[in-house]
Amino acid sequence: MSVLVWIEQYKGHVPSVSWEVLGKAKEFAGELGGSLVAVVAGEQVSDVAQEAFAYGADKVYAYESPELANFRVEPYAKVVSDAAKAANATIVLAGGTTRGRDLAAYVAALNSWGIAPDATGLSLADGKLIARREVYTGNILADITFKSDVQVASVRGRSFPLPEKEAGRQGELIAGDAAVAAGAAKSVVEGMSEKESGEVSLTDANIVVSGGRGVKGPEGFAPIRELAAVLGAAVGASRAAVDAGWISYDHQVGQTGKTVRPDLYIANGISGAIQHLAGMSSSKIIVAINKDPDAPIFQVANYGIVGDLFTYVPALTAELKKRK
Amino acid sequence: MKYIVCVTQSPDTAELPKVTVDQVESGNQGLELITNPWDEYAIEEGLRLKEKHGGSVLAITVGPAGAEGALKSAVAMGVPKGVRVWDDTFAGSDALAIGRILAAAVRKEGDYDVVLTGKTTVDGNGALVPVALASALGAALLSQVAKIVAIGDGKITVERLVEEGREKVTADLPVVIAPVKEINEPRYASFMGIRKASRAKFDVWDATALGIDANSVGAAGAKVAWGNLSKPPAREGSVVLMEGETVEEKVAKLVDALMAEKVI
Repeated sequence: MSVLVWIEQYKGHVPSVSWEVLGKAKEFAGELGGSLVAVVAGEQVSDVAQEAFAYGADKVYAYESPELANFRVEPYAKVVSDAAKAANATIVLAGGTTRGRDLAAYVAALNSWGIAPDATGLSLADGKLIARREVYTGNILADITFKSDVQVASVRGRSFPLPEKEAGRQGELIAGDAAVAAGAAKSVVEGMSEKESGEVSLTDANIVVSGGRGVKGPEGFAPIRELAAVLGAAVGASRAAVDAGWISYDHQVGQTGKTVRPDLYIANGISGAIQHLAGMSSSKIIVAINKDPDAPIFQVANYGIVGDLFTYVPALTAELKKRK
Repeated sequence: MKYIVCVTQSPDTAELPKVTVDQVESGNQGLELITNPWDEYAIEEGLRLKEKHGGSVLAITVGPAGAEGALKSAVAMGVPKGVRVWDDTFAGSDALAIGRILAAAVRKEGDYDVVLTGKTTVDGNGALVPVALASALGAALLSQVAKIVAIGDGKITVERLVEEGREKVTADLPVVIAPVKEINEPRYASFMGIRKASRAKFDVWDATALGIDANSVGAAGAKVAWGNLSKPPAREGSVVLMEGETVEEKVAKLVDALMAEKVI
């Protein structure tokens, strides 16, 4: 019996949510008296496998092949299904990234296993998994229980802390049959135009600095980006700013964009429409800077400044630089 | 080319903050239902593919008689034909079963090239149906599609949004596509379209017509259950507004507060 976690990697870089989930899975493996198994696929994954041991995995199934260099859901779901069966896993988990959500769902569909997508909490009751998740766009919480022997969940980033890393810790490395998995591919990745390096990903970020209608134009994001840079934060935006063409869609936070839960969310010139709140209201601390004292954003904010963002955002950046 | 658009109803997004546990437990009773907003991008893209490359578009929904609203929206936007898929044994299906039911309906229609679905629903928030549908059909899954770059000669090339950037992917047809909002701007229903939709009659396919085993779907086939529903706790306390004589004083107080909260 085991608890299995898919470790995502892109060019050898693992998103922190994979390790967060591995940390939680280690607790479950302990409680259930089973082993903690990681599975990783790619062209060259031995470094990631070693990292998985350092984060607590007892066994790592490694599927290495040039044909698995790029994630595609069909071959990767075959990898995870094969490893889950070989390891006799009763719980299969993945980080709730774009890839992880597709993968967990595909693994569940392939095997008729139950799936809880984008869970924000996981617990055990009588040895069975319970996955807490937000439904109705964050307006209802539900506990998902399973009727299948194998229970699958994808887990939203920052739901669990990053576990301690024990350098040099070793485990059992098992080579999976990558050729069989690669045969399941149904598409070819032709290329990737990557974002500028150094840009912080919204869903991983500890701090998000966002701009809305009050930013007034594409150039209005300059002070927002400067504040984000000094904080090491990701840049977010409301739908109004994206629809106006001031910033690209991948920055959008809210119902039709991304859901984020950083430690700190700074909303600048964002009124706080319910569709935006749906994407950020579970942030730990919310700061609002807005000219309109009646803006609904102040109803969810912990701290606020009533005033022009073009005055206060540069002043905040300057103050933070001064204290560094 | 044949394009199939899978649509469903969801609560009106403006009403979502007011939704109660009782309404969810009763299956959206008393909620204003609209076409799931994400499905509009799928409908629009199906129409654009037909307008650009020719062929036909069909809309499919899974649901009882009251669920025709989503098909009517599709017709009002310009989709000529819709099919409703339902059987009493489908009640209580989980999202993976809905995907399998849709796959059976797509197979019955036959010879399709592209199936489009909303990327998720605003009530379930699961994004499971397109995945289950692609898996059951054995068709390539193309999620998070921001652009269809090319289609023809039995292939399709798209751009997908992933964490690191935009990925260009080519797959053999048929495929299942779940678009993101960047892909298009859904058109409004025309007056003629709305009139047509109001008079539209839809074929209904049941479990027998689809060859679906009743034990594999509905409450009997569900692999998960939702329980212990609750409203999320409201954010505690009220906003602390920064006061001060000068801009500098206010931002300094804000930085002090954020340092005390240990978030910077």
